[in-house]
Amino acid sequence: MINAVLVFNNHGKPRLVRFYQHLAEEVQQQLIRETFHLVLKRDEHICNFLECGSLFGGADYKLIYRHYATLYFVFCVDSSESELGILDLIQVFVETLDKCFENVCELDLIFHMDKVHYVLQEVVIGGMVLETNMNEIVAQVEAQSKLEKAEGGLSAAPSRAVSAVKNINLPEIPRNINIGDINIKVPSLSQFM
Amino acid sequence: MGRGGAIIPPDVCIFMQHGCVERSLGLTEGCLRHCILMYVLLISGKSKEAEIKRINKELANIRSKFKGDKALDGYSKKKYVCKLLFIFLLGHDIDFGHMEAVNLLSSNRYTEKQIGYLFISVLVNSNSELIRLINNAIKNDLASRNPTFMGLALHCIANVGSREMAEAFAGEIPKILVAGDTMDSVKQSAALCLLRLYRTSPDLVPMGDWTSRVVHLLNDQHLGVVTAATSLITTLAQKNPEEFKTSVSLAVSRLSRIVTSASTDLQDYTYYFVPAPWLSVKLLRLLQCYPPPEDPAVRGRLTECLETILNKAQEPPKSKKVQHSNAKNAVLFEAISLIIHHDSEPNLLVRACNQLGQFLQHRETNLRYLALESMCTLASSEFSHEAVKTHIETVINALKTERDVSVRQRAVDLLYAMCDRSNAQQIVAEMLNYLETADYSIREEIVLKVAILAEKYAVDYTWYVDTILNLIRIAGDYVSEEVWYRVIQIVINRDDVQGYAAKTVFEALQAPACHENLVKVGGYILGEFGNLIAGDPRSSPLIQFNLLHSKFHLCSVPTRALLLSTYIKFVNLFPEIKTTIQDVLRSDSQLKNADVELQQRAVEYLRLSTIASTDILATVLEEMPPFPERESSILAKLKKKKGPGTVTDLEEIKKERSSDMNGSAEPASVNASAVSTPSPSADLLGLGAAPLTNSAPPPSSSGSLLVDVFSDSASAVAPLAPGSDDNFARFVCKNNGVLFENQLLQIGLKSEFRQNLGRMFIFYGNKTSTQFLNFTPTVICSDDLQPSLNLQTKPVDPTVDGGAQVQQVVNIECVSDFMEAPILNIQFRYGGTFQNLSVKLPITLNKFFQPTEMSSQDFFQRWKQLSNPKQEVQNIFKAKHPMDAEITKAKIIGFGSALLEEVDPNPANFVGAGIIHTKTTQIGCLLRLEPNLQAQVSVSVSTA
Repeated sequence: MINAVLVFNNHGKPRLVRFYQHLAEEVQQQLIRETFHLVLKRDEHICNFLECGSLFGGADYKLIYRHYATLYFVFCVDSSESELGILDLIQVFVETLDKCFENVCELDLIFHMDKVHYVLQEVVIGGMVLETNMNEIVAQVEAQSKLEKAEGGLSAAPSRAVSAVKNINLPEIPRNINIGDINIKVPSLSQFM
Repeated sequence: MGRGGAIIPPDVCIFMQHGCVERSLGLTEGCLRHCILMYVLLISGKSKEAEIKRINKELANIRSKFKGDKALDGYSKKKYVCKLLFIFLLGHDIDFGHMEAVNLLSSNRYTEKQIGYLFISVLVNSNSELIRLINNAIKNDLASRNPTFMGLALHCIANVGSREMAEAFAGEIPKILVAGDTMDSVKQSAALCLLRLYRTSPDLVPMGDWTSRVVHLLNDQHLGVVTAATSLITTLAQKNPEEFKTSVSLAVSRLSRIVTSASTDLQDYTYYFVPAPWLSVKLLRLLQCYPPPEDPAVRGRLTECLETILNKAQEPPKSKKVQHSNAKNAVLFEAISLIIHHDSEPNLLVRACNQLGQFLQHRETNLRYLALESMCTLASSEFSHEAVKTHIETVINALKTERDVSVRQRAVDLLYAMCDRSNAQQIVAEMLNYLETADYSIREEIVLKVAILAEKYAVDYTWYVDTILNLIRIAGDYVSEEVWYRVIQIVINRDDVQGYAAKTVFEALQAPACHENLVKVGGYILGEFGNLIAGDPRSSPLIQFNLLHSKFHLCSVPTRALLLSTYIKFVNLFPEIKTTIQDVLRSDSQLKNADVELQQRAVEYLRLSTIASTDILATVLEEMPPFPERESSILAKLKKKKGPGTVTDLEEIKKERSSDMNGSAEPASVNASAVSTPSPSADLLGLGAAPLTNSAPPPSSSGSLLVDVFSDSASAVAPLAPGSDDNFARFVCKNNGVLFENQLLQIGLKSEFRQNLGRMFIFYGNKTSTQFLNFTPTVICSDDLQPSLNLQTKPVDPTVDGGAQVQQVVNIECVSDFMEAPILNIQFRYGGTFQNLSVKLPITLNKFFQPTEMSSQDFFQRWKQLSNPKQEVQNIFKAKHPMDAEITKAKIIGFGSALLEEVDPNPANFVGAGIIHTKTTQIGCLLRLEPNLQAQVSVSVSTA
């Protein structure tokens, strides 16, 4: 069983958090922080599996993670799951996100938090793997989008807003803009292909 | 920076909030705000305070929107719920919006329903009061026959999975799952939903007709349905194997069809050229719930499948992508697990072992990790144990060269698992080697493993002793008590190793710096068996003793205690050094040691060595008898360390600790008289007199029941003796002293108080040379005081000789709080004159004050709670004397409260706390004394 799905960036800021057992909010944040510290101190190109001791309530649990550009995808699973299988599942999840968002980046996870949840929900429900076939997942997500559009395009508005904002031509804004202040790196997740 | 480079910089944000660009961009205000909020939250991540401030503002805004009169449209609700989810993600608790989310569930619009369900699955506590409302909405959606709505509802049940949901839907979901007309995607969700409910409340999911139909889902056309059904059946079969027995043959045939298919047959479920890897893994897991199939046909087919999977591993990869090899190997590892689980086909086991052997040297770290892990289980099979052992060099190499601690840990596990009599010496040596550089996190575990292996496979116990001493030398800090207790048990039980052990510890102790654990083992063993090596002049008794004693002062108290026992054993073993040892025991550092245990041992051992005869000494200090044989406690410790119960143990320890702390937070019952210090005579504050004793009302004789009405004189109680008030105030902070003195009489007091009880000794001294006659002291309580204070006095002899002193005892019980003090009236005849005088007896409320220590935080929290005007008294007054901090502190302690240092942020202030004990109640009382430069002092007292 999958106990938790955690996505955070290189600074440990959570971007998607899903626990499949009920935990108090402080405990959730604590687990995110500790998981981040465990994962952060590991070199690249070493094992993707990692024992997390008593962190998630017993030696039976493992963290299985992948690092994509600025984001860590961490699944916490018990011994009933296949490690390599979960590693594949993370890949399926990320590839699906990439298809749904056309070159997914960290900002997509923020601006479209609801949609990211819906994609995850097509892959994992209640800690169990629902679907692994990417085409099937994408089809489900697209069917949802169609329904949303059919309901008057209200829900399409935020994404229109985002793209409009993203397309602002910065030099034309007659103000002194200090972009150096922004420390958000926007990753392109397309590298894994 | 990619397209994200166009995110709004802060200036633009402000710009937009002023509404200037909105129109030009053609955006609705709401959308923009939404984006801006998200962005502001992002950049404000730099300062936690700023983020919290911003978020609280946003939360207040959303709350007012929800509470407002205007009904929100669907889009706004969605937007705000979305914002709440984001704020929750950032780690802020969300305590509202639940009702709005529940309302969204009953919307007919898909988008609203969807966001409502999302909010509920992420944020709703499984025992929320809203669960009834949520269940109602789910019930409607399940009955809607709309597959999208049904999907949402099922996802929600699976995600929340509460008992209430199980009660409501455990009967319904199996029907949906096996109904002929249910859509595939709904079936998938239903299967997992049922699985979740079974996991949380197995008692609410009864097996029934549906089970056989679920088993047949393994034949379903849709591989997604088969995958979900396999997960469900695997869990159910673990608890009800008989019920799902038929799934074995179906799973085998399904697996066979996948494994033998051309990769294109399964279309979408082929992942990087591997046919349905996920389903294959699940089917192999399901088969691990059962023994090898009995039906030879099924068994043959399964063996064929497993062989095919092993064969495919040798084929060249169809793609260079890591995903391809991952998927392929996921299936392969699961197949190997099944082979190990069946443990019946030697041929397959050896092939599996060889395959894992290949992986041990694979360049992918993940595969090396998994290979080590799988080999651990393989090592316990009798068919493959020997085959596993052939890889010992590779595993040892892994221990030395792997960069990843998780992998090294697996290598240690595997070495432990493959260890037997033939390779124990090599494996233990390698583990000891590794221990020198091992990660701190796994040292203790390695120490335990080495200790167990060394004992289990010791042919020669000298090797065992060497190994343990090495362990202590290399990783002394990680050697737990169990380990060194065990080596002593073994040495004592085996006389063939005792001489060697004594010699070895003696040599090991020669090192200039040795670990305390070595001193313990050394001390114990030499104390028992030092005589075995005493013949050698290099380890004569005196040298042994001096060697041990040279470590003595560097050791902790328990080790010193152990060494003292060794010394007394030496007195018996080596009578020739008895005087040397007695000199050591007699030294001030032993006999007057601050530690009670050490002092006691030194005193008793010294005495024993002096008075006991040789025979008695020999009997008392005889060699330890052998320990009863029992299972190594080290093994138990390792099991505990690795076992799943680790967490609960930890929690228990935590609980114990916190209860300990609670315990110590209780007011220490210190004898009040012990606390009271003879206070300096300068009465600089008049402290306590102000709030506690108002000017006592003039006691009237008619109101006093204790007045001796039979007295031959007019029983008028004299007015208070002049000067007695001053004296009285002095006794507020002390318990002993002279209360009153004139030409004839001196009255002294000694008193002690404990909780709500006290006892006062009053001493009447006749300063003259003439007898006092009809000497009648009476303690009088006013009407107001009487219910609060119980006083019992014993009558005294009516004659007091000249120069003599009589004593009177007053037993005191404080029933409830009180303001006045009792009056002591004394009447007697001196010469021919009748004497009548009264003094206030210094029994004040603060005598029943027990000090309480508390932290600064506790203090001020409680201080603030006591805000009721009746609970607080403040008095500002001019100090009569210059203030001396030490005197003031002594006063506060004498007053009975604890003096709390470093509690008040202003170091000039004094802070005290205590509990006033009365028979009826206990009253917490806090006190602050704030001196200021103008020598004005303010005392505030708060009581609960």
